[in-house]
Amino acid sequence: MEMKIHRGGMQTTVQDLGRTGHRGAGVPLCGAMDPVALRVANLLVGNAENAAALEFALVGPELEFSQDTVVALGGVEWEGLPSWQPVAVRAGERVKIGTAKRGCRGYLAVAGGITVDPVMGSRSTYLRGSFGGFQGRALHDGDVLPLPAVTRQLGDHWRIDARVLPAYSPHPVVRVLRGAQTEEFGAALFETEFKVSPQSDRMGLRLAGSTLVRSNKADLISSAVAPGTVQVPPDGKPIVLMADAQTIGGYPQGAHVISVDLPLMAQLRPGDAVRFAEVSLTEAQKLALAHEHTLALLREGLAHKLR
Amino acid sequence: MTFAPLGDHAVVVTLGAGVDDVVLTRVRSLVAVLESGRANGIVDVVAAYATVTVFYDPAVFNRGDGKTPYEHVCQVIGERAAKGDKGWPGLVQAERAGGDKAGVVEIPVCYGGEYGPDVEVVARHCGLKEAEVAALHAGASYAVHAVGFSPGFPYLGGLPEKLQTPRRATPRTSVPAGSVGIGGMQTGVYPLASPGGWQLIGCTPLVLFDATRSPAALLRVGDRVRFKAITPKEFLSWK
Repeated sequence: MEMKIHRGGMQTTVQDLGRTGHRGAGVPLCGAMDPVALRVANLLVGNAENAAALEFALVGPELEFSQDTVVALGGVEWEGLPSWQPVAVRAGERVKIGTAKRGCRGYLAVAGGITVDPVMGSRSTYLRGSFGGFQGRALHDGDVLPLPAVTRQLGDHWRIDARVLPAYSPHPVVRVLRGAQTEEFGAALFETEFKVSPQSDRMGLRLAGSTLVRSNKADLISSAVAPGTVQVPPDGKPIVLMADAQTIGGYPQGAHVISVDLPLMAQLRPGDAVRFAEVSLTEAQKLALAHEHTLALLREGLAHKLR
Repeated sequence: MTFAPLGDHAVVVTLGAGVDDVVLTRVRSLVAVLESGRANGIVDVVAAYATVTVFYDPAVFNRGDGKTPYEHVCQVIGERAAKGDKGWPGLVQAERAGGDKAGVVEIPVCYGGEYGPDVEVVARHCGLKEAEVAALHAGASYAVHAVGFSPGFPYLGGLPEKLQTPRRATPRTSVPAGSVGIGGMQTGVYPLASPGGWQLIGCTPLVLFDATRSPAALLRVGDRVRFKAITPKEFLSWK
């Protein structure tokens, strides 16, 4: 079974939940920038949460399948396909995902998952390293991707509970944990409304707004960073590291976005606003555990709906 | 050993204040201990200079006893580190008994000319002849302190002070894979073509990172490295 790409869309890549276990070799996690949207889209078509899907930014692809199948779009609101529900697609029918009406990144899951060969244990694309996913690159018009032949039957008309989803917004308050150098930036980090700049991509979201001033000018020795780390380079403009960010950094660490709020960052488009609010590590981990529990309930509930 | 959270899924363990051989040995021992019995729930381990950062799954370390997953993972790391000194005498003793010979990776380098377009800049800055730059660089013994500007990229300590040269004012948009460079007090090799601001003094035919190979990265934190000068002819006919 094949998926033919008629129009590639913007920054469309094959992603799963990332390449774990190789950060020590300098290989970033990669994977979906909004992991929740990917996981839910996969569950909606009866896939394992880690199945590979298409991720795209602001403009979605136009494609066609060689056999009848079921797809689901994960993302805030897009032209062309409704979000958060399985959609039956006939062989040869054109699926046209247009522009994002709200949010930034969309995920198209297909029943069975996209079965490109894994590299280092994952089907995620690492653009900078040119490996993984589909030939290590974004999709072009004319590309053909492999899919397993599976059949899925949709159950009765139904929809998922919105409480499963993050509170996406074009101006969210994103919760963060303190970083090693938070004290050196004072209250400005939490009192500024930052704007997402167009120089944002899978490596990180660059923020504009007031520039942050550091009280201590000493150089730092490079150490590990993670998706969600808010770096503040000497120019004072924070960068929120995302899925493809380098594994090691030497810039001051102003804060770390908590994992349940990372999807909020992933759905911000250039021009959107964001503020940061500090929470405790205890609170952040409680939220992460509670969210896993919610997704587990969704998984069980959906298992009954799809055959 | 001190602990600090890095976000809600990782913990940074600091093993010393500076970056000397003693600290490097401790870092390497801790990494070996954590990776050998990769405990259920330890997802990844990243060593860099005096720190080891451990990525973990909070759900696995949630014991429902009032302590946070973070507190539990710190406890597990502390316990395993204690075993490390006693349970891995082989590793620690090998390092103490003249680690220069154990686990040394030799990297062939063709210095200068088209392989090292900045060797003249370095020579001028350091008051040396070009041939002296190559001799000094290849004559030193280095240690891998961190890996990660890009996949397989080693940050090497041990660059002779006489060779220290500031980074280029304007980075190159593309540095060829295998390029050997100097940036300030550091030296390293670019495994993949990428933008880069270091002064390029040579090039190696070795493949430092290959995603289809296991292990993918040739160098790991704690490895010792020596460079060996080769001729352009040897470079071109390298295996």
